Amino acid sequence: MRFPRLPSLHDDRAAFLLIGLLVSLWLIDYNNLQMVADWVTYSLMGLSPVSPLGTALNFFVYDVPKILLLLAGMIFLITLLQTFVDTAKVRAVVERRGEGIGNVMAALFGAITPFCSCSSVPLFIGFVQAGIPLGITFSFLITSPIMNEVAFVMLLGLFGWKVAVLYLVSGILIGVVAGLILGRMKLERYVEPFVYKVRANQTGHLSLQTKLTWVDRFGQAVDSTRDILSKVWLFVIIGIGIGAFIHGFVPEDALTGIMGENAWWSVPAAVLLGIPLYSNAAGVIPIVSALLGKGAALGTVLAFMMSVVALSLPEMIILRKVLKPRLIAIFVTVVAISIIITGYLFNLVI
Amino acid sequence: MLQIKVLGSGCQNCKRLEAETRAALDEAGIVYELLKVTEYDDIMSYGILSTPGLVINEQVLAAGRIPRRQQIVDWARQLQTANS
Repeated sequence: MRFPRLPSLHDDRAAFLLIGLLVSLWLIDYNNLQMVADWVTYSLMGLSPVSPLGTALNFFVYDVPKILLLLAGMIFLITLLQTFVDTAKVRAVVERRGEGIGNVMAALFGAITPFCSCSSVPLFIGFVQAGIPLGITFSFLITSPIMNEVAFVMLLGLFGWKVAVLYLVSGILIGVVAGLILGRMKLERYVEPFVYKVRANQTGHLSLQTKLTWVDRFGQAVDSTRDILSKVWLFVIIGIGIGAFIHGFVPEDALTGIMGENAWWSVPAAVLLGIPLYSNAAGVIPIVSALLGKGAALGTVLAFMMSVVALSLPEMIILRKVLKPRLIAIFVTVVAISIIITGYLFNLVI
Repeated sequence: MLQIKVLGSGCQNCKRLEAETRAALDEAGIVYELLKVTEYDDIMSYGILSTPGLVINEQVLAAGRIPRRQQIVDWARQLQTANS
């Protein structure tokens, strides 16, 4: 899917005006979706609101534009926020803290920093260069992919803000705890030796005039939003399609036995299943959202989703450049166990 | 002649930064030589923490983002005059 390029803007005021206009249009569209969906499925197509097909189609026609609009709007805001995060400054702040506070700060920064698996290696080396303990570096490396902006927005749209916040808080918690554990395990010898030898000739301070203007920030946010959307839109539609089918045709409580709170093994099974699934994070959430309506437990569903986004093969392959296989295995195990425990906790509490 | 270096292991954003830089400088008619730096040892010697990085005449100008074309041209002109 291609999006129109932002017209070239000559000053910050014009950028603000254009954004204001887009936001108003967005709000008008977003608030009328249910009406349009009802009209299309019940009036135009003449389906009954109580028939399985009617329910499924209404769900689909409402949710696809809703989630895509929500993704466009929220990802824009998130990527705009991210233009204010400067990893060099983050490192300077984390550097001054010890274990504990350092882990919390690293995990918090990890949550807001855009995660690109190809950037995790420079970041890892940079943190080690600065003498930041390995455990703190891991807190950052764990939270950064766990807090996936697409996953966050989709939870917001399909489960409501409480679940989205729960996801945010537990993601940060997992980063802190797993980082603390890994920090205590004395794993320095499993880091590839070249990491300790790399020396920076330059401080990484940017030369010349590099201050970002609002035009830069808006432009970058639009670019990133377009990138992310063009990667996930198809998965979103397919995911919602399957979700809509489950919503309309699978009987209530069909899954209570296998994915409910009383099936103790469902949490670890969900986490193990999530590890190899990666690029489909956007498609997985609408499906699990529909499963939740059929008796699956929230903790199980959240654990599954976090394992999908946090532990992925492409990331392991990239981390292999700086970590020995043994450390990667320990890393995956500690994170997977943390996610499993979080899943059980949610099932117990909620 | 300007020495441009694009720092990055070859991910999507690194390729886009290279394409944008080439397009910007070609459009402005600036003569340059572009080198892709893909080894982590070399990338990290510039002290950046996120890729892609843009280096012109050994000056780090951007890290972890893709600057606008106009900005790239401005930097190139500034460094051109600084040299001559």
